[in-house]
Amino acid sequence: MNAHLQERRIILKHADDPSYSNLIGCYLREGGYETLKKAFAMKPEEVGEEVLKSGVRGRGGAGFPAGMKWKFLDRKSGKPIYLICNADESEPGTFKDRQIMYKDPHQLIEGMMIAAYAIGAKQAFIYIRAEFHEGARILNRAIQEAKDNGYCGDNILGSSYSCDLVVHRGAGAYICGEETGLIESLEGKRPNPRIKPPYFPAVLGLYQCPTIVNNVETLCNVRHIIEMGGEEFAKIGKPNNTGTRIWCVSGQVMKPGYYEFECGALTLGEMIFGVCGGLRPGRSLKAVIPGGSSSKILRADERFSGKLKDGTEFDWGLEDIPLDFDGPASVGSMSGSGGIIVMDDTVDIVEAMANINAFYAHESCGQCTPCREGSLWMRKITQRMCSGGAREEDADLLLSVANQIEGRTICAFGEAAAWPTQSFVTKFRDDFIKKASETVEEKNSRKLQLI
Amino acid sequence: MISPSKEDLVTITLNGVEVEVPNGINAVEAAALHGKEVPHYCYHPKLSVAGNCRMCLVEMGTPMRDRSTGEAILEDDGSPKIGWVPKPVIGCATNVSAGMHLRTESDLVTECREGIMEFLLVNHPLDCPICDQAGECRLQEFATDYGRGFSRYIERKNVKPKRTRLGPRVTLDDERCILCSRCIRFSQEVAKDDVLGFVDRGSFSTLTCFPGKELSNNYSLNTVDICPVGALTSTDFRFKMRVWFLKETKSICTESSTGCNTIISSREGVIQRITPRRNDLVNDTWMTDSGREIYKLVKAENRILRPSVDGKDLPLSEGISSAVRILKDRKVGVVASCKSTLEEQFLTKLVIDATNAQVYIRGHFGEDDGILLSADRTPNLRGALINGLTDSYPEDHLNGLNEALASGELESLFVIDEDLLASGVDQENLKDVDIVFLGTHSHATSNMARVVLPSFTVFEKEGSFINKSFIVQAFEQAIPGPVGLSSQVEILSQIINHLRVDSDPLDAKLDGVWKSMGEVLPDLMGDCDFRSLVKAPFQIDGSKWSHLDFVEKNALNFESVKGVQV
Repeated sequence: MNAHLQERRIILKHADDPSYSNLIGCYLREGGYETLKKAFAMKPEEVGEEVLKSGVRGRGGAGFPAGMKWKFLDRKSGKPIYLICNADESEPGTFKDRQIMYKDPHQLIEGMMIAAYAIGAKQAFIYIRAEFHEGARILNRAIQEAKDNGYCGDNILGSSYSCDLVVHRGAGAYICGEETGLIESLEGKRPNPRIKPPYFPAVLGLYQCPTIVNNVETLCNVRHIIEMGGEEFAKIGKPNNTGTRIWCVSGQVMKPGYYEFECGALTLGEMIFGVCGGLRPGRSLKAVIPGGSSSKILRADERFSGKLKDGTEFDWGLEDIPLDFDGPASVGSMSGSGGIIVMDDTVDIVEAMANINAFYAHESCGQCTPCREGSLWMRKITQRMCSGGAREEDADLLLSVANQIEGRTICAFGEAAAWPTQSFVTKFRDDFIKKASETVEEKNSRKLQLI
Repeated sequence: MISPSKEDLVTITLNGVEVEVPNGINAVEAAALHGKEVPHYCYHPKLSVAGNCRMCLVEMGTPMRDRSTGEAILEDDGSPKIGWVPKPVIGCATNVSAGMHLRTESDLVTECREGIMEFLLVNHPLDCPICDQAGECRLQEFATDYGRGFSRYIERKNVKPKRTRLGPRVTLDDERCILCSRCIRFSQEVAKDDVLGFVDRGSFSTLTCFPGKELSNNYSLNTVDICPVGALTSTDFRFKMRVWFLKETKSICTESSTGCNTIISSREGVIQRITPRRNDLVNDTWMTDSGREIYKLVKAENRILRPSVDGKDLPLSEGISSAVRILKDRKVGVVASCKSTLEEQFLTKLVIDATNAQVYIRGHFGEDDGILLSADRTPNLRGALINGLTDSYPEDHLNGLNEALASGELESLFVIDEDLLASGVDQENLKDVDIVFLGTHSHATSNMARVVLPSFTVFEKEGSFINKSFIVQAFEQAIPGPVGLSSQVEILSQIINHLRVDSDPLDAKLDGVWKSMGEVLPDLMGDCDFRSLVKAPFQIDGSKWSHLDFVEKNALNFESVKGVQV
């Protein structure tokens, strides 16, 4: 795919260049590993300082400032420090990390080695989801290339610093994207997320040692932060929303795909109707999920008004929402992992809900009660609603079940499972009520039947 | 474990009231100290914190401080402003610290509990009418407090295995399981036999044994005890008895010198099961599986139910007279027992003194499992030391007695409980001695006795034992003994009264025995009496015997050196 004119590609700069492969030769030709040399000429804490200055926020979903995360690291314990790259990209609607790892793996490796150097990691891991078997192969080959050239492993760049990098493949579970679940899985256990307190990864992470878990895109950003300097990086995008983001657009648009833009460079409307070529002929926009399936759905005809963090008032329609971290957050949703799911008027919202609920019921680890029982219950309700058994009271019941999950679980999966239901039912209440009176003919005439 | 608790007290605010609690204990325990129950399923005081049931959600806050100055932020009325954590937190993993505010009774907390209860019940079979746990089920109890009383759930319930054999003694009903993981953590942390785990995920998670493994360790039934619902059931007790019919009696396990505190559950004089009773100095909340089987002795086939003299069944009084005739004014040997209670041993000593008898005693030893089954397989070896039945550490044979018999030193033998023929005594040597046997079950030696005085098992009498840590622990009578029989204390008292016609008759009640013990052993027993012992066990100074080579190894709540030092 050709880079869109308006895109500003930093992370995906070479990703779709036909003359560029994922071998180290291409990477070196384009100035690869020069930044690693630059970083190794600095003190580790200076590297961390640059990352803090850059204001880069985590690209995995929560958007927590990466430099701040590194600061929380318990360095007094005397225990080894671990760096983990979270490459368990499983959020429905998200496919950005895959592009990076498949097309430019050395960028990730360089970013990781800089990060490992900055935090003083003894060992680094890439936890990659099971489904990316080709990605794991590519990364393993790339790591070997990097090791052969002294960019990774023992005595990196001839220095006294050594850090091995290991690819660990998951076994197919969404919950492994939750950092403490990932750590448990990496330790060889069931990926049951840990209770926090006391098991904050920065203090008691992998093997009860201080651990930093960062997303693939975040770690790639580290490379660019060091290359251009933290302050320079912070000029990209907007304050508190620095750098670029890769947005993954899926659903009923003409040109779905991944697009890298400066944070806040365009609005949701520009993305859907400009970059992605709009909807299919004759269709109208019904709803958008802005940041992966766990973020709250936004209705096409909604008006959002309020105050931004800096005090400026806003009054937006769906199309006016700026694509950065704070835009979707200020309208009650989130930019999450950057997975924008577009739904047009052919989508049956209850079926869409049923699809999402089926996902969360299937992926709940089953450790804690609310998520374990609630997610399956919600799946059963929406499945029944789509199979001719809907009742008018189901809308309220769904909402109540979701409310009983939110905020009461061990990990953020509880919110991830509850938010879709809460927002779908609240915003499309009529669709859920109407389901109760749907006739068999109406049901069978639906063009898209998801389950 | 979350973090070690410190014993110093801190002040916290519990539901708006300032209370003092030990620093660092968790919110569930802190609230319990002040009479506020925080319902919970997965939390167990003797296991690591899992935090998965979410039933113990409470509200937590701390006084707010200004980030720059560090000074406390105050409300308008001058009281400190409390920064409440926006989400409820689990009480089991929230350790109290000075100034912490907790709410265990609020609308949010109640709402949380109601939500969790509903979730736990949606896929639960609700088969209380046929469930063994009914009556002692946390799910039932908290459903009463926080259940809706009706179900909003109209979907099909999950189907899981209904009767899985996890091991020889434990049967699992997976549909009732609420996945609290207590049994898994127990197997890992206490029994050190990691055989249980969950398979599948989400609501379909199922408890099971690892492939090729089974839950067969000697602590497997503790998983049944700590299962908060009816998922893990004792194969022995399953479907036998409704728990609300059971009378509970405090007892002590006689399996080894550990002296696990137990509860005997019986109905109408029949014991149905034995379960552990919490004692943090002895057995925490655990006991062995083998210790739970001991009640089967009561109805064992070889139980002696009638007194007899020369093979003829006679009333007990005539048996006692015959015994006295055999023991009086002859060369007597007494075989005392480390299985007898402290009181019985005390009276045995009086018999020895009254007959100028030679005393012999043996120990019973086995493998030490390092948890609760100690190498000394008698409950009261230390009682024998204290009562002066022996000065040296008993060996696991009676070779000394055999030699004495062979040399013809003895004419009569008073044998308490022991089987001489299984203790290294040659049958040939017993030909010419008259044996009086006092015990509960028949064996080769009792069969050779001229006088057999049957008596009570530990369940049919009361008394006390001194365990390996020199803790004196009392047990109460759970069920009545067989008709026509008397307790050992009664029989021994009568024998002594017959032997010492010129002394005042002994008081055969335990209080009386304890009074006499206090007079004879003032250093050890002080002015304690039996009734207060039942309520509060005490530890005595065992340093006098520190030179002895006790066989017990380090185990739960026990260090082998600690056993002899107080």
